[in-house]
Amino acid sequence: MTQPALTGNGVAMVEALDVRKSFGAHEVLKGINLTIGKGEVVCLLGPSGSGKSTFLRCINHLERMTGGRILVDGQLIGYNERHGLLYEMSGKELARQRQDIGMVFQRFNLFAHHDVLNNISQAPMLIRGQSRERALARARELLKLVDLEGRENSYPYQLSGGQQQRVAIARALAMNPKLMLFDEPTSALDPELVGEVLAVMRKLAADGMTMLVVTHELAFAREVADRVIFMDQGVVVEEGPARQVIDAPQHERTKTFLRRMH
Amino acid sequence: MSEQRIIPARNWGQWVIAIILIVIVGLLLAMVIMSRHITWSAIPQYLFDGTILEGIKLTILFTVLSMLISIFAGAILATMRLSPNPIVSGFASLYIWFFRGTPLLVQIIFWFNIQLFIPSIEIGSIRFDTNSIITAFVAALLALSLNEAAYMAEIMRGGLMAVDSGQQEAAKALGYRPTQAMLRIIFPQALRVIIPPIGNQTISMLKTTSLVSVVAAQDLLTRAQNIYAKNFLIIELLIVASIWYLVMTTVASSLQYVIERRLGRSTSDAPMAWRAALRLLRAERSNG
Repeated sequence: MTQPALTGNGVAMVEALDVRKSFGAHEVLKGINLTIGKGEVVCLLGPSGSGKSTFLRCINHLERMTGGRILVDGQLIGYNERHGLLYEMSGKELARQRQDIGMVFQRFNLFAHHDVLNNISQAPMLIRGQSRERALARARELLKLVDLEGRENSYPYQLSGGQQQRVAIARALAMNPKLMLFDEPTSALDPELVGEVLAVMRKLAADGMTMLVVTHELAFAREVADRVIFMDQGVVVEEGPARQVIDAPQHERTKTFLRRMH
Repeated sequence: MSEQRIIPARNWGQWVIAIILIVIVGLLLAMVIMSRHITWSAIPQYLFDGTILEGIKLTILFTVLSMLISIFAGAILATMRLSPNPIVSGFASLYIWFFRGTPLLVQIIFWFNIQLFIPSIEIGSIRFDTNSIITAFVAALLALSLNEAAYMAEIMRGGLMAVDSGQQEAAKALGYRPTQAMLRIIFPQALRVIIPPIGNQTISMLKTTSLVSVVAAQDLLTRAQNIYAKNFLIIELLIVASIWYLVMTTVASSLQYVIERRLGRSTSDAPMAWRAALRLLRAERSNG
């Protein structure tokens, strides 16, 4: 495995160096090193419990790492470095960093007390200080992108899982993030609804969004991802171009996993 | 096919119990009505007496003020209780333990007698006599509010914990600051769970305020007592007070019914609940 080059030269969007995470005595991440370039679409594969979701949640500091560091667009995430020590950021500073990192959750997590339009436009108004007109116009534009025109005034409970997830993607995009994190975005969906969510993600990838996707959708990964990273038991086992890893895996653990997925 | 009459099963036991109940209630009523010791004409005479009406005003004022203060204090205590800082959450737990664990009546008497161990309050060079600040009204209001705040904190904590943790995570991930997430995302959703028990507490508070009569705080019961201390129409004035307490709790209960029906009971009505809660908040704000 090659060490990522922590150059900070403006080419990498995400740089992870020896990221470790333990829950009590259980070490979930045992030193993750990886780099994701700007505009790159990377899929994280691996059996459940391999630590891929935990790693994803470290990138916007929803999970506090036990060791190592993560840089997004050259900025150290979650900590301020002073005199060789890492000081965890305040809630306000963390909020500032998270504004530029979009995240889509397995269980959608749409705000249950807001309709679709408010779900998408509240954060840009509240956090970015956008005017109501501008935020609403942008929300309508995004609804068109996720193919949900006409559902502006629906509440989350009135939407199917697939529709909720597409609203969740629009909500994240409304903040104009430079990076999108997807945490098993289709795992909670009925099989017939998976396609509509993947279609939106395909569009995003085609538009040049930098995306890191934790997923079990091998077909999607093969088709859309520039690169696939296979994780198992808290380490990166194998990484490379999507077709190479999925169709001709080198490592035994990858082979076993992929055989079970087919 | 011929229509046959259907005779439902008769439950003779139920009939017997019903008859016994009617007889007992009838006897009791007859006993009260026929009593030569109750001056019935005094009841309508005092029902709309100016002193009694003033007492009602104060009872309502105690209820509204102590509910408002306790909702505010309860929200702070609930947030503290959920804080990761053990001293902050420990303080909230201690407060709740203490104020729920001692009788309200004791707390009322305590606040009324506070000058016994804090004779005066000094702020800078200005010195206040405690008795001039902690009047019966203030002592009563303090006791009711601080006690109710402990119960309110538990109600609110329950409401906050009922909101799915994914809501908080989504807000964080979007870049909401902790206070923004609390005020914009978590609290509005917790209201749906919090409002029905607040209604119950308010109805209960209407009656609980009568306890402040021990420090003569001029509520409805104090006024009734003041009147019967002079004319000895004890039962008559207690009936007058009871009629008014029943009127107030009945009105409050029907208000609660209307509010809860608007709130809806299923999760699918969450947005409706939110709008209803907003209306409530606005109404409260314009009243206060």
